[in-house]
Order: sequence, then structure tokens, then C-alpha cells
Amino acid sequence: MIDDAINSLRKREYKRHLILIILSIILLTSIYYSISRGAIEISFSEMLATLIGQGTPLHEKTIWQLRLPRAMMAVFVGAGLTVAGVGMQALFKNPMASPYILGLSSGAAFGAALAMVMGITIIDGRLSIPVMAFVFCFITLMIVYNIARSHGRIPVETLLLAGIAVGAFFSALVNLLTYLADDELQGIVYWMMGDLMQYGWDNLIIVMPLTVIGIVGVYYYSRELNAMMLGDNHALNLGIEVNDVRFRVLMACALLTAAAVSFVGIIGFVGLIIPHMVRMIVGPDHRILIPSSILAGSTFLVLCDIVSRSLLYPAMLPIGIITALVGAPYFIYLLRRRRREVGW
Amino acid sequence: MVEILKVNDVSFDYSGSIVIEDISFSVPPGEVLGILGPNGCGKTTLLKILNRNIKSPTGDVSIEGQGITDMSKRDIAQKIAVVPQNNEISFSFTVTDIVMMGRMPNLERFQNESEEDLRIVFDSMEKTNIIGFADRFINQLSGGERQRVIIARALAQQPKILLMDEPTLHLDVNHQLEVLDLVHDLSRDEGLTVVLVSHDLSLVARYCDKVILIHDHNILAAGDVKEVLTDENMRKVFKIEAHLDYDERIKGHTVTIVKPCR
Repeated sequence: MIDDAINSLRKREYKRHLILIILSIILLTSIYYSISRGAIEISFSEMLATLIGQGTPLHEKTIWQLRLPRAMMAVFVGAGLTVAGVGMQALFKNPMASPYILGLSSGAAFGAALAMVMGITIIDGRLSIPVMAFVFCFITLMIVYNIARSHGRIPVETLLLAGIAVGAFFSALVNLLTYLADDELQGIVYWMMGDLMQYGWDNLIIVMPLTVIGIVGVYYYSRELNAMMLGDNHALNLGIEVNDVRFRVLMACALLTAAAVSFVGIIGFVGLIIPHMVRMIVGPDHRILIPSSILAGSTFLVLCDIVSRSLLYPAMLPIGIITALVGAPYFIYLLRRRRREVGW
Repeated sequence: MVEILKVNDVSFDYSGSIVIEDISFSVPPGEVLGILGPNGCGKTTLLKILNRNIKSPTGDVSIEGQGITDMSKRDIAQKIAVVPQNNEISFSFTVTDIVMMGRMPNLERFQNESEEDLRIVFDSMEKTNIIGFADRFINQLSGGERQRVIIARALAQQPKILLMDEPTLHLDVNHQLEVLDLVHDLSRDEGLTVVLVSHDLSLVARYCDKVILIHDHNILAAGDVKEVLTDENMRKVFKIEAHLDYDERIKGHTVTIVKPCR
């Protein structure tokens, strides 16, 4: 009996590694497609040659200055938003929680817009916009959390409604700022729709470390999140300082959302549908759920970016339109399914 | 140091309405202590104070002479395991996953479970007779099966003290006896100290070495089963006419409930 149990644990470990390898291959393939497609088609061998410094000047410029940074932005933003979704779903014990649905993206967008349009900042320099986004993202999170909580529980309906209401409020404020802004800030409209136009390396230099910090912050508490999903009571009995962990993970989720929103605007539904799909494949254990979600979330956004560039070629659609077109129907499907069965 | 658990003058109120007041007792190692009282008398609250899930505004609790306010939650979880009353879990963790969580207080961050940890986990699962469904999902089990999984997780913590809140509430009679026999054996053979909270007179009478009877937020009586479960005390606390006997067949006490008192 014990041997059986040990065997099945080993088998699962093996299966988990296999899933990570497969997801990595899919991600790399998507990145390759993202780099190769466009006005200038680049073959696999040409891409390899360019990456090791043997390419033509045209390919050099196309890959290093345009397509690779754009793909990398999709990778990091996709991973960040997905992990933020995973963290929030665990803390709220609710598969519907995500940065977009709960209004965090709008809150972060308002912070960022204040900095961009009104020049209101807390610190100067290149981090001024992300810091404002982070602060307002966290404030939004606290507001939604406190509205939704009653008697120590967070009912799903209240949570969603609180998120929608607070999100709508901040969206309206962002629209107001946009309206007040001069024509020179036309870019802000695109940014509101979720857009990978701001993909230069100078932006990536900021997005990448913030995203890595945020993801590590959530992954660090994988075991605790597992236990906390069973209920605070269970987690306390297993020696977890529940309130500390919750606060830190929420901070990490706010950081991830703020980092993404500051540069690419509001890209919805990534943090909702990817964790849910991945959970169906690998189960709820965060030690495998988080790495798998990182790979799947990155892949999803890279693919959405390819679609957004190809659909009305040569025009480039804001990527937020694509993720919403895919994500909203999935969200509705989730809502309908919830009625029939309990659990995720 | 004689006591493994010492409770001194703890109390608790929910926004002004008193739940328990001035409770003091101590437990020597290897004892099975039953805390008995009617539903809603504050037993669960008392249990939560013992491992600092909630804090008593007065008094103190110490484990092996060390005050729990000086200990981290992790330190406490290395000594005390809890089997709570409500074990609804709606996520598809496997039974092994859940029991493995019992090793958490003893694992460093990012440290993987060692062979030794696995042995402890599967050992606990064998003791509670759940190894046969190690791979099943916790949210697909019956209440009784789930209860045994949580007990296995508590044992996997290798605690000095096991706290159980209405341990038999969701169990069929045969599983009630299995679980309590197991707990009884662990206390006798391995020196595990058990504090169980229950409103079930017969169960406490049969399995506990000592009993504390709670009435009106306070300890009404404490001591051996025979001294505490007198006809008068049972009438006062439970409003029943009942009688305690020693039964040679089970080598323990039984309670015969005659009728409710008016």
C-alpha cells in the first residue's frame, strides 16, 4: 500500500516535469513565431544567426529593436498578470478573482494616468509612473477587500460586485483625465485599451525586475497558499501567520498588476482564464501551478499579440481587445458552470 | 516540569458577551483530557486559545513551561496539532497532499519532503486507515473519510499535544470507535497528550482519563470521570437524568441517559 502511494507520488512528480517541459517548448515556439512574422518575414535560421550577431543589419534592427522587446513585453506582462491572478484566487478562495475583474487594473491605471497626465508623482525618475500605479492598485485592493468582506468571509457575489463598482469608478476617473488631457496625449487612449506599443528596452528594464520580484513574492508562499486555500483555521493550525502572508501576497499581486498596467495599459482576463485552465491540468498545488501558469500566461499573451498584429494587417489592434474577446466568453462559461458544480 | 500544558486564568468575550471566564487547568503528558459541556458553552473558543488562534485578553497558556505568547505560530504547530470541527474542503488536493501539509511546521522553506517525511506521512495514513485512497481527491470524500484525513495530517505533525474539536461529529459509529481507540492507544503507547472537546457524554466517559465540565462559562468540576460525571452534575449541566457505570466489557465508563429533566 505504501509503495503504491510512493509510486504514484513519483509518477506525479515526473508528470509535472513533463508538463513544464511541454509548456516551455510551446512558449519558445510562440516567441519564435512572434519574432518571425510581420512586414519582414524572418526564418528560423536567420533569427538564430541574428541572435548570435551574424545577421543582416535589417534583421538586426527588426529583431533587437522591434520584435524581441515586444515579445519579451508580452512574456513578462503575461506571466505577471497570470501570477497575480493565481495569488488573488488563492487568497480570496475564489476562481473568479483576478486583477482585471476586481478593478485593480483600473485603480493602477488611474495612478499611472495621474502621473502621466497631471504630473502628480511620489518619486521622480523612471519609476514615477509604476510607483503611482502600485500605490493606487494597492488602495483599490484594500477598498474592494473591505467592501466584500463580511464576518470574516468573502462571498463571491459581493467580491465581484465590489470589484466591478470600484473598477468602474476608477475607470471613470481615468476617462475624465483622458478627456482633460491635450491632444498630444492621444497615446493614452491606446494605452487604456491595453497595448504593447510601449515595448522599448528602456521600459522592459523596469517591467522585468518588478515582475520577477512580484512572481518570486507569490511563489515564495506556495505552501502557505496551499494551506490557506483550505481555510484560515487550517492554515493557523499548521503554524502559518495567516495575516502576514496574506498582506505580503496581496502586495506582490498589486506590484505585478502595477508593473503591467504602467506600460501596457489594461489587458483584461489574462489573470482569470489562464490560472483556471492551468489548474484544470495540474491541480491546485501552487508549487506546480505557479510555474505552469507563468509559462502558459506568457504563451497566451504572445499568441494574442500575434493575432492582434495579423487580424487587420498591417494595422495593429490593441492587444486588450483580443484578450477580452477571448476572455469574456470564458468568464461567462465559468459563471454558468459554477451553478452546476461546486469547487473549481 | 510535570505539566505539558498549563492554562492559567484565560477568558474570552465576543464584543462584550462573555464566552469563557477564568479557566485554569493543567495536563500531564500522555493524558487524555475531555472538555465537556453543552453546545455553545465556549469549548471551541477555549481550544482556539490553546494554540493561539485567538488570544485570551487575560491569563496565559504554556506548553512545556514556555508561554505561547513567546512562541511563533510555527513553534506552536511543532508541538500542537489540531483536528477542527468543520472540515469542508472544496479544492481537488489529493489525500496525500493534505496529509503532507502536516509536515509544514517542520520543513524549511523550499525544502522538499525527505524520505523520512514521507515515511511519517504514510505511517499516519496507515494508522488512520486512509492509505487505500491516498490518490483520491479530498473534495470527493465523505465527511467521515475527510475527518480521518485531517486526523492523519495532525499525526503527521508529530505533535506533543493533539487538540480535537468534536472529533466524532461526522463519523459513523464504527469509525468513531476506531478514531478514539487510535487516539487512546497513541496516548498510552507513545505518550501523546490529547485534549478533546465534546458534548458527547458517553464518548468522554469511555475514553478520557480526566474530565473538565464547563457550565456557565466556568469550570464546574474537574478530575476523574467518576468524580466529575455525578448524577447531580449531569443534571445541572445537561438537564438530563443520567447515570455513570463502569462496564467490564469495555474496561471503561458508560453513561446511561434515563430521561430529560424538566
